[in-house]
Amino acid sequence: MPIIEIVFYLFGAVLIASALSVVTVGNPVYAVLFLVLSFFSAACIWLLLQAEFLAIVLVLVYVGAVMVLFLFVVMMLDVDGEQRRLQIGRYLPVGFLVAVAMAAQLFVLIWTQGLELQAMPEPYPESFSHTRALGELLYTDYLYAFEVAAILLLVAIIAAIALTHRRRPKTRYQDPSDQVKITKGERVRLVSMASERETSEARGGNGDKS
Amino acid sequence: MTLIDLQLALPEIFVLSMTCILLLADLFIPAHRRGLTHLLAMLTLIFSAILTVRLMMPAGQEALAFSGTFIRDRFGDILKIFSYLTLAAVFVYAKHYLRQFDLLKGEFYSLSLFALLGIMVMISAGSMLTLYLGLELLALATYALVAFNRESLPGSEAAMKYFILGSLASGLLLYGMSLLYGATGTLALAEIGQSLELSTTGSGLMLTFGLVFVVVGIAFKLGVVPMHMWVPDVYHGAPLAATLFIATVPKIAGLALVIRMLDDGLSGLHGDWQMMVAVLAALSLLLGNLAAIAQTNIKRMLAYSTISHMGFMLLGILAGTPDGYASAMFYTLAYVIMSAGAFAVVIMVSTPDHEAQEIDDFKGLARRNPWQAFLMLMLMFSLAGIPVFLGFFAKWQVIAATINAGFTNLAILAVMTAVVGAFYYLRVVKVMYFDEPETEQAIAVPYDFKALLSANGLAVLALGLFSGGLIELCISAFLTG
Repeated sequence: MPIIEIVFYLFGAVLIASALSVVTVGNPVYAVLFLVLSFFSAACIWLLLQAEFLAIVLVLVYVGAVMVLFLFVVMMLDVDGEQRRLQIGRYLPVGFLVAVAMAAQLFVLIWTQGLELQAMPEPYPESFSHTRALGELLYTDYLYAFEVAAILLLVAIIAAIALTHRRRPKTRYQDPSDQVKITKGERVRLVSMASERETSEARGGNGDKS
Repeated sequence: MTLIDLQLALPEIFVLSMTCILLLADLFIPAHRRGLTHLLAMLTLIFSAILTVRLMMPAGQEALAFSGTFIRDRFGDILKIFSYLTLAAVFVYAKHYLRQFDLLKGEFYSLSLFALLGIMVMISAGSMLTLYLGLELLALATYALVAFNRESLPGSEAAMKYFILGSLASGLLLYGMSLLYGATGTLALAEIGQSLELSTTGSGLMLTFGLVFVVVGIAFKLGVVPMHMWVPDVYHGAPLAATLFIATVPKIAGLALVIRMLDDGLSGLHGDWQMMVAVLAALSLLLGNLAAIAQTNIKRMLAYSTISHMGFMLLGILAGTPDGYASAMFYTLAYVIMSAGAFAVVIMVSTPDHEAQEIDDFKGLARRNPWQAFLMLMLMFSLAGIPVFLGFFAKWQVIAATINAGFTNLAILAVMTAVVGAFYYLRVVKVMYFDEPETEQAIAVPYDFKALLSANGLAVLALGLFSGGLIELCISAFLTG
């Protein structure tokens, strides 16, 4: 068995195992972490297919950014795993229907297309780089569209800031320069009053209660 | 990419650079000197107009750049020049409103200019990819403009509706485009046109499906029946400055979208889309004009009037001939001029404590501001299509194109609904001239506002009397060399 197949089966097994764990583990934080593992295994399988750009983007974008956001959300929301587990029966019929529909689709696809083994594509030469190929296309043929897409993102930022950034009249702000300049006289007020004296009323009140 | 590519896209590059400069400069301009931002935006538009006029393509020639994703032709140049001028007018009118309502912020200018950039990208789109990106750029900036007044609940509601329905329409359009890409194997509009001409199998199922989705997407962006639901709500809820913007410049982009998509790309499917466009136009004419009668709110009334006018514009598209397209272009430009003026008068009537919403707010305007009321009268007559005004000649051209295309029934319907439409335009005139005003006090407006409004109102008359020049210009846009 060539090394590439061993590696493929290894990552494939990890992928399936972690994907199964995502839906079976009770703790949502573990589920997110298993999802990270499954994304990572998928990225490794893409690397085996020499799709190195996709693999890197999957790790950077999904593992690096999206899943961290997921973790944030899961940790902020108080998701009670046990509570969910009790309600699972309610969604069972719907889930069953969806599963049947998906299975039927898969079946039809395999029925019409067949499931023959495809030959492994010829490996690219060592000097070949998807990143370079993509970059060359993006910065020549699609330069104009690429730039317009960049402006689109800029407008999204401006619009978001214009719509959310505001100074509400009631909000309190810290002013560091005021804080530094403050003097003792403004913070502490010395009150001259008579020395300590027994307050008989307070005592009497307590006594009544007990 | 070569230097020539950059030269062809010079107006776009100029607008983008100036907008980014404006964006940064605005941060250093104190709030009480916001006039500087306004000045900078106006200068940007004026210089873009000069630049485009000087680089204007001769009739019948076109140049492709950036591997065919960008197209420069006379049609695009004329539309761009009109977009700059209209946006400049919008800025002058809007400044008065924004200042009164304490909304004068730099973002209004930067977002509007980015929307203009999106319109320019759409006008010059040589491929479906750039057409879509330009559309999204325009739409994204417009959503933010509608929600510009964050204190206003109707404004937020309108922005939400516009955003959700707009994304849905963008999705439909994109889906249609992807089907067309699947059927023809190319994104470039010119190549799609060629492959449709060469194909002997006629319109396949995939092409027809793609076409339907594209037409639905276009119909939404134009706001024609039955995809018109957002128009009255958005016009009504948005702050008047944003309504003024939506009612004018994006209409030019709508025309560009129709021409680029249906003429440049899908002229081979003319037989298929002709009936769809005819149905859209007929429904818009009927519903727009009938529903406008029932409105007491001037913004909603003008919104329904927009729907009917866009229906009218589609009549020009029906024929699928250069003359027909020229009439649609003439109609759009005429409508934009009239609509800008009409909304400007609505802005004028608004005071800080009371944004003009109802037609009753115009009561006795002729006694308060006789000259502005007369301008409004001309604008309303023009929108109604009464002779000697611009609107009449625009309607005439379109109806002539419709009859030439063999749709006599539609032409009759168009004339009849125009007569129905005259009722609600004339009602505004009646309210202005024959109703008693609540106060006799004249409304004070700044000089630049007054001067531009006078020019706008007189242009409707002058372009009506001498409509030949504008018509020639529109026809020259569709000459093939």
